[in-house]
Amino acid sequence: MTDARLRSRLLASDVLRLGLAGLVARPTRAVLSALGIAIGIAAMIAVVGISSSSQAQLAATLDRLGTNLLVAEQGEDFFGEKVPMPYTAEGSAKRVDGVEDAAATGAIDGFGAYRSSAVEKGATGGLALRTTSKGLLPVVGGSLATGSWLTDGQSEFPVVVLGAAAAEHLGITHAGQQILVGTTVHTVVGVLEKVELAPEIDSSVLMGEKAGEKLTGDRVHPSTVYVRADEERLTRIRELIPATVQPASPSDITMQRPSDALAAKQASEQAFTGLLVGLGSVALLVGGIGVANTMVISVLERRKEIGLRRSLGAARPHIRRQFLAEALFLSLLGGLAGVVIGSGVTAAFAVSNGWPVTIPPIVLGGGLGATLVIGALAGLYPAMRAARIPPTEALQS
Amino acid sequence: MTSVIELLDVSREYGKPPTRALDGVSLSVDTGEMLAVVGPSGSGKSTLLNVLGTLDRPTSGTVLIDGIDVAGLSDGELSGLRAHRIGFVFQQFHLSEGTTATDNVANGLLYSGVPLRERRARAIEALERVGLGHRLGHKPNQMSGGERQRVAIARAVVHRPPLLLADEPTGNLDTRSGAGIVELLHELHGQGTSVIVITHDNALAEKLPRRVMIRDGKLAGDSADAATIGPVLVTSGGSS
Repeated sequence: MTDARLRSRLLASDVLRLGLAGLVARPTRAVLSALGIAIGIAAMIAVVGISSSSQAQLAATLDRLGTNLLVAEQGEDFFGEKVPMPYTAEGSAKRVDGVEDAAATGAIDGFGAYRSSAVEKGATGGLALRTTSKGLLPVVGGSLATGSWLTDGQSEFPVVVLGAAAAEHLGITHAGQQILVGTTVHTVVGVLEKVELAPEIDSSVLMGEKAGEKLTGDRVHPSTVYVRADEERLTRIRELIPATVQPASPSDITMQRPSDALAAKQASEQAFTGLLVGLGSVALLVGGIGVANTMVISVLERRKEIGLRRSLGAARPHIRRQFLAEALFLSLLGGLAGVVIGSGVTAAFAVSNGWPVTIPPIVLGGGLGATLVIGALAGLYPAMRAARIPPTEALQS
Repeated sequence: MTSVIELLDVSREYGKPPTRALDGVSLSVDTGEMLAVVGPSGSGKSTLLNVLGTLDRPTSGTVLIDGIDVAGLSDGELSGLRAHRIGFVFQQFHLSEGTTATDNVANGLLYSGVPLRERRARAIEALERVGLGHRLGHKPNQMSGGERQRVAIARAVVHRPPLLLADEPTGNLDTRSGAGIVELLHELHGQGTSVIVITHDNALAEKLPRRVMIRDGKLAGDSADAATIGPVLVTSGGSS
């Protein structure tokens, strides 16, 4: 009787067909119970996708801006006094081996920039007045939104270039408009785009060194030196710069690498991502329990069908496989919906932020893989229960 | 003639304390034979059918199918036996709604490892055998009770089993449809299938060549046995 001909056999293709048919027969229930899994997977993919899109954006930004910018800023000494940098700071920095380019700005204290004389003195809105060396833009990676940069020919005249935030605050939209610096009317010749690596420039009103001298009556000391240096030797150069730009008191110079600050900001957002992924996995777990619950009920309802299948020759493993396949399809349905929803949310969020849409394929694969594991776990117990239903069930009315 | 199925002193008990649904039943059915198992409700007919169809195992005694003791077979081997050697017909048809007649019948071959295309071809053949060649694409709710039972019979014989077990096959049908079903069973018998019909309907039993009476789990008469004669059954079967 162990004759192979007499063994009951269920083809793999039929297992799949049975699993699908079980869902199709109760579509509403299938959709509702797959919803839990869909939400879980969607949440996880959206969280990871949004985070990696934002990372891709940072990487692209850093790629564009470069990570080799160093900023040396004049700090206060032990007594709270600012020791002015020598006028030669920019030139000295350029001579350091490995430095590719350098530029300096000098803060002008005691003067404000105003839209007109009607504005109350002192209401500067946090705008800073700075002199700038000619080569600032390429060093900080800035660009003009409108108008032109300061030229040699204009350097003695009262003309300014505004940072993006400064222009917005003063209500300047194009070159040729005029503002008041101190008590003198200055003409705006250009407005900058946002400078991502040097945000202090955004809120600055920039003027030539000679114009600054005319305004204050004295030559303005540099207060910030921007240095582009060879990436390979950056650490060494970072150590050399303070003594170069401020030989009198190198310890008062604070050195920064703006790309680090961007990365650090990103890292703090990553911590939040971890929390959201945790929430997503709770949703996934609840979804899995939903699938298990649906399957248990389904098995209870279909005792007669199972009995009939046993009478048609189904062995216990065949019944088990049928219900396992059904559970797998159920959670796979949820998983696929989740992948679509999660990717959609990510794409919408990234596009609205102007980020590149980046969803690591491993996350999509992992999401679907997790779904199958959940489906298998959720289906195991109901499937085993189904297989234990006695064949005589078909005859009981 | 060889026996297609043979019961030797078979008992089946349920529960605690045990109630005997079958009590020392011995019965031999020859290949190609057709018989009715008659008895009132609760007489043990259904238990007997379960045991005959290997859906249930006896508490004691021996069940031989094609001369092989089923006690020595695993669940998987019994399933194989059902898939290849036995066809079941139920009182409630047990068709899957929403599925066409062809696919319902094709399901009879699902556990024989036959590919779908061939299952369907053989299902159409089986439906033609039971006179439903014009109802292939109909769903159960589009058919009459008699037609549904024919679909169920086609499903039971689509794998051409040597043994067909029918449990009250006319129980849910009007007289005319029931007569048609009995006729169909006779036809299948004529083509060489052994048919066992379980029923409490004496009129139906009367139409079959052999009748076995069961009462309180015990064999109460067998028309094949010289000691008990057919007509005895008719009176003792009563109006159950």
